[in-house]
Amino acid sequence: MKSHVIVFPGSNCDRDVAVAIKNISSHQPQMVWHKETSINQSDLIVVPGGFSYGDYLRCGAMASTSPIMQDIVKKAKEGVPVLGICNGFQILIESGLLDGALMRNSSLSFICRDILIKPKNQSSVFTKNAQVAKMPIAHNEGNFFVTSEQLKKIQDNDQIAFQYCDENGNVSEHSNPNGSLENIAGILNENKNVLGMMPHPERAAELAHGCEDGKTIFESILN
Amino acid sequence: MLAKIYITLKKDVLDPQGSVIANSLKSLGFNNIADVRQGKFIEIKLDSENKETANKQINEMCEKLLANLVIEDYKVEID
Repeated sequence: MKSHVIVFPGSNCDRDVAVAIKNISSHQPQMVWHKETSINQSDLIVVPGGFSYGDYLRCGAMASTSPIMQDIVKKAKEGVPVLGICNGFQILIESGLLDGALMRNSSLSFICRDILIKPKNQSSVFTKNAQVAKMPIAHNEGNFFVTSEQLKKIQDNDQIAFQYCDENGNVSEHSNPNGSLENIAGILNENKNVLGMMPHPERAAELAHGCEDGKTIFESILN
Repeated sequence: MLAKIYITLKKDVLDPQGSVIANSLKSLGFNNIADVRQGKFIEIKLDSENKETANKQINEMCEKLLANLVIEDYKVEID
């Protein structure tokens, strides 16, 4: 198992992801500075959360032009699993690997709290063992939007990975923290080897976090 | 040459910031406000042989980086 965690100026969840991967797989991931131009053979590439480039222009827009992104796009197209969390999700969208856009939360507030998500796709390498899970969100721009044609495409192709839900697993307006279309919390690419999600599984990955629900996603890929 | 780029949310995309600004303006007594849309304004100075080349280049910049065409429209003026 070889995994890589990308580090941009302003990343702040890179180490949390590395600790989660180490704890779950007992392999130490390799940290890759964004100026690098290629990644060695990899079984998982994680684009972590944070505030890359201070969220200038649009969240993730600057980072999507970093040198390493060309190789990540290439590897993703070859089928390597790529996971983008929070700002990492924004970066994957800006790099064109995932559909849609992440707009400012409908409340116009930064939201930092635990939420519940329910898997919609249950066959991808990331979501095959997923159930309703609790983990934190911490973002200002997580309001997922796609055009109606794109929405139909991602629905028809089973690309919706997670939706915000309540404690009974109901996907409702009440359980939507940020205004996301269809309560979407995470989506997959067409080939299902790229996942972008706003919630932070690495922040719910050991007992000290108060919840271990996030482990399932890493376990699915790593074990 | 100076390019002025106006980036705005597409008409069918909700603009919560615009709505809040509209409400604030109304509370200041500007009661005739129908709608407010907020956007970005970018100025780019560039060396270019002619307006046509500059326009082509700026449009490419908008499509590749400056605007997110899923949610935003842009307008370019070149002086």
